Amino acid sequence: MDWILNHFWLVPAIPFTTFWLILFFGKRLPGKGAEIGVTGLAATWVLAAWSAVAWVRRPTTGSGHDVIRSYIEHSYTWFTNGQIKITFGFHADGLAVMMLVVVATISLLVHVYSIEYMRGDVRFTYFFAALSLFTCGMYVLVTASSTLQGLFGWEAMGLCSFMLIGHWWEDKANSDAALKAFFTTRTGDVGLLVGISILYFAAHETFNWQSLNSQALSGKIDHTLLFWGAFALMCAVIGKSAQFPLHTWLPDAMAGPTPVSALIHAATMVVAGVYLVARTYGVFWSGFSIGPGHHGVNVLAVIGAITIIIAALLAFVQDDIKKVLAYSTVSQLGYMVMALACGAWVGGIFHLFTHAFFKGLLFLGAGSVSHSGSHHSFDMKKDMGGLRKYMPTTFTTFVIGSAALAGIFPLAGFWSKDEILLSSGRNGYWVFTAVGIVGAMLTAAYMTRCVYLTFFGEYRGHGHPHESPKLITVPLVILAVLSVSAGWLGGFGLHYFADWTRNETFIAAHVRDYPFSVLWAGIALGLALVAAALAGAFYVREEFAFKGATTRSALAKTGHELLLNKYYLDNLYTDGIIGSIKGPIARGAYWFNQNAIDAVVNGVPIACRKVARVVYTGIDQIFVDGAVNGVGAGAEEGGVALRTLQNGRVQFYAGMLFAAAALLGLGLVLFV
Amino acid sequence: MLLNQFLFLGAFLFATGVYGVLARRNAVLVLMSIELILNAVNINLVAFGAFRNTVVGQVFALFVIAIAAAEVGVGLAIVLLIYRNRRSIDLSEVDVMRG
Repeated sequence: MDWILNHFWLVPAIPFTTFWLILFFGKRLPGKGAEIGVTGLAATWVLAAWSAVAWVRRPTTGSGHDVIRSYIEHSYTWFTNGQIKITFGFHADGLAVMMLVVVATISLLVHVYSIEYMRGDVRFTYFFAALSLFTCGMYVLVTASSTLQGLFGWEAMGLCSFMLIGHWWEDKANSDAALKAFFTTRTGDVGLLVGISILYFAAHETFNWQSLNSQALSGKIDHTLLFWGAFALMCAVIGKSAQFPLHTWLPDAMAGPTPVSALIHAATMVVAGVYLVARTYGVFWSGFSIGPGHHGVNVLAVIGAITIIIAALLAFVQDDIKKVLAYSTVSQLGYMVMALACGAWVGGIFHLFTHAFFKGLLFLGAGSVSHSGSHHSFDMKKDMGGLRKYMPTTFTTFVIGSAALAGIFPLAGFWSKDEILLSSGRNGYWVFTAVGIVGAMLTAAYMTRCVYLTFFGEYRGHGHPHESPKLITVPLVILAVLSVSAGWLGGFGLHYFADWTRNETFIAAHVRDYPFSVLWAGIALGLALVAAALAGAFYVREEFAFKGATTRSALAKTGHELLLNKYYLDNLYTDGIIGSIKGPIARGAYWFNQNAIDAVVNGVPIACRKVARVVYTGIDQIFVDGAVNGVGAGAEEGGVALRTLQNGRVQFYAGMLFAAAALLGLGLVLFV
Repeated sequence: MLLNQFLFLGAFLFATGVYGVLARRNAVLVLMSIELILNAVNINLVAFGAFRNTVVGQVFALFVIAIAAAEVGVGLAIVLLIYRNRRSIDLSEVDVMRG
């Protein structure tokens, strides 16, 4: 039975093989390569299910809340170079098996769905090849036993994300979105490399996850080093899992085909960051002093909390159904990150587990709507409305997904969100529990808006809406069933999920596991229902207090504009930061001085009054003070000094290179 | 065996290559000069290997040759694209990255 856990490498090997098969033979086959992808994924799904059963049946040690199953790890020497021995290996434990099940399930369903959704596409075969490669990357990350090996999977996913977002690259907007996603996540990935290196040297030259965690928890690593190691990894998490302030790429990534959004940008790749935290939990636990008793606020939790709120607010002003879901994903990822940072390990990954199903369902549902209901448009206000009559299956499953996302009893999201709120509160992070509850209310409200605009009212489109074919609706129904039931593994007072995923790191860190509390669940549920009812009333009733608020109240109008412009973060990134680096640095900085600083100085009386009232003073503090002064002054001086060197002539660069090498050589000869 | 002669040959080839890289305007000739530099290094590797009576130098030289082949492939592809876009492979004209 344990055979599969001892041969974990098979799981990533299968999609890797199918990737090459599809690439070389796909076009000649009757199904244009889709059949290879689906078969391969079905095979890995069987392996994943098998490993889950094998894992559950493994002998346990400990009792009660300390029940654990020991992990299986096999490592092989990759290469030796002098004293350094680099190994690769496969690590099977509850967390890895859980991720495998999630990835295999969603990926298989998305493959099936894509056969219909992508039918007749110019790059159909290529699309399936990329999906296979992506799945392979995710499997590599999940089954890896070391940070270095995880990095391979991590980067492979980044590449596939780029390829798939830009799948229809003929449209400039799509290729821009792909580049933006790639560069933004790359910015964070710098942190991953730095973090891996810091931890490698700090932990006495090991990349191994298990070893890193145990050394971090037993105090064998200097705390300062550990903090910066965790901080660097956190940067990678911010990039990959779309946390504030690098969340801006995820909504733009919706330019890709919808199955891609469901698989990569909702269920799997974006949770890689969360997985990284859960996997190297010992490092974060000690580095950020997460445990109860510290009663602290740590930077990771703050980032998660900010992300929850700002993304949820942004979801209210989107007309594009996929962008609503994208911001919702960002917000839910914030929950997971915040949960892990508040010591709610089980809550965080439980939410990862349930979220994958209902968010995958919602995205596929949105795809179904655009495929058969709104003539390939995603605009809720222009091309949708009243679709519940035409698309009953899509409607029912979408509502189930929304209810699960909003945390309605007894669907999946209810149990996982409740676990997060309860555990972070009991660990002493009451502020973050409060943020979580506000986030839950916002979630319920914006999903009500989304469902209403899409499925209720009059049909506003110009096509002939009809229900999608079986290849689309069957995955929807399966995911709907999972969205209802996935939470029961940890709901109704059951502890299966915690018992099955709990690992050595978790136990060694003394992460507490709290019993279900009806009171807290009731409060969260009640508030979510109230928010949903308010949002519903806003649309259904003719006269309502909040209607037209954006035209009547200056405060609401300012807030609305701030949201419409996505807090001006995109402007800051493209004009402020990239603009000052790409083109003439000095001119960019001058521009920044003239426009941004002067505008800020002039606008301070007005802006202060408006912005301060709209909750996000944190942005003002961090960006205006830190970035504007720092970037402005630093870039201007540095730019003036450096621009003469950037004359664009390759041979000049080569000359510099040789001169530097010659100087170094001279130094070696003279002084060594 | 006299190591000096080989090292002088290597140094001469290297210097020629550097001159070519810095002074030539034709991108293809620059690439060829880079090949010269790499081969100068190869001569050194093989010469030192023979001098110390080990095969390691030759193995390294083989690696360098393989990488040089890949490098020239990428390099020529870039040159081709530059030519398609600008109808010229004069390196002094390719300065869009000027700061």
